Amino acid sequence: MLKINVKKRLRDFDLQVTLDVERGKTLMLVGDNGCGKTTLLNLVAGLDNPDEGRIALDGRALYDSEYGTNVPPEARGIGYVFQSYALFPHMSIYDNVAFGLRTRRTPEDEVKVLVKEHLEAAGLWEIRKAKAALVSGGQKQRAALARAIIIEPRLLLLDEPLSALDVRKQTAMRKELRETIRACGVPCIIVTHDLRDVACIGDRACLLEQGKIALHAGAEEVLSWGLSTTARSK
Amino acid sequence: MLILAMAFIALPVVALFLKSPLDTILGSLHDPMVLDALQLSLTTSALTTIVVVVMGTPIAYVSARFHYFGKEMADSLIDLPVIMPPAVAGIALLVAFGRMGIVGHYLNAFGISIAFTTLAVIMAQVFVSSPFYIRQARTSFEDVDLAFENAARTLGASRVYTFFHVILPIAMNGLISGAIMAFARSLGEFGATIMFAGNFQGRTQTMPLAIYTAMQGDLDVSLCLSIILVAISFVVIVLVKKLTRRMYKNVKN
Repeated sequence: MLKINVKKRLRDFDLQVTLDVERGKTLMLVGDNGCGKTTLLNLVAGLDNPDEGRIALDGRALYDSEYGTNVPPEARGIGYVFQSYALFPHMSIYDNVAFGLRTRRTPEDEVKVLVKEHLEAAGLWEIRKAKAALVSGGQKQRAALARAIIIEPRLLLLDEPLSALDVRKQTAMRKELRETIRACGVPCIIVTHDLRDVACIGDRACLLEQGKIALHAGAEEVLSWGLSTTARSK
Repeated sequence: MLILAMAFIALPVVALFLKSPLDTILGSLHDPMVLDALQLSLTTSALTTIVVVVMGTPIAYVSARFHYFGKEMADSLIDLPVIMPPAVAGIALLVAFGRMGIVGHYLNAFGISIAFTTLAVIMAQVFVSSPFYIRQARTSFEDVDLAFENAARTLGASRVYTFFHVILPIAMNGLISGAIMAFARSLGEFGATIMFAGNFQGRTQTMPLAIYTAMQGDLDVSLCLSIILVAISFVVIVLVKKLTRRMYKNVKN
């Protein structure tokens, strides 16, 4: 279970968020550009620090301003899929997926087995030797996801995982993404613009406006308020 | 206008080749002055490049990624040798590290003398060529998307691991082209060297100094050395172009 209660001063407003995500549940974070969605993910991942508050995962504090706890990002065990996917351009797909295992000094024969398993599951085994910069958008997305889940993270964070794909691919990938996330059985936060993502993938949904949670509801209810609220604010 | 400008640059280079028949060049190649200068220039420039890369890389990375007090001034100081006339740099080094210099004075008390040695050649070259590497390296590090660094960190890599396995390889082409520029600049270094290191054959007489010295006697030796330097310049330009082109291609992807 992930518990977030943080405050951070941003340029134009304060980001102030309190929310919980249960094990195996997916929370969809919706909101306009610049409302603090990505910042919130970065705070949870430890790439940015809150001004005050507490972030705890499975009862262990990752950040706690009261006790001065601040676990560095490399020790948080979080799988993060970046909006640009951030696949290392100088490495092959194989080495990208193996990266998180190698930083943990996993024995190379174990790396081989695990990477093969994940690449085959993602349908990337055939292109394992291709440089990451040269594969298609869908393949990048799958590689980035495989790279994030191979480390058996205790939490998944996905920033606009489908926005870089063309619309036809999105529908197929959306289902695939849902299956993969369910299989991990950890809490998951997905930032998105697209209400179809919310309805299809999410269990719960949050609407973030100017750094505050404006609405919090079950994913099915979102389509109704989403259409009125986000459509209006755009 | 363009043709005129190109002719202005090309003509002297062509003249250099026209005025130096191949057999005299080959003959001069055996001249001890040429051999000494060539060997000295290549070794000192290579050592200079190593020093500049080892010391310049962390400076460039810090300058690209972090903000600290006095950063503006540090950056300007690093760029200063580019604008400073080399002769001034030579004098400055001399009054700092020469026998009577501010620091050299104390070193001399321990029997250490830097000026007019091969070490002085390297110091003069490091002084004038380091900005060429550091500026290029800084730009290359700035071009590495922060997302790569963040991704590596979330995947369990420490800052140091991230630097060596992610940032450095991505910035590599830029760093190499910067190092080549610094190497080329040290190879051509004249003013600071002659002021601070003097002009002793085999010890401090690098190729540009040898060209200058030989001019007074045997023009063939000068021409031979000049041709070698022109050839190296061409190779440098081609290499740097090739590397930077590949770098842009990578960034685009």
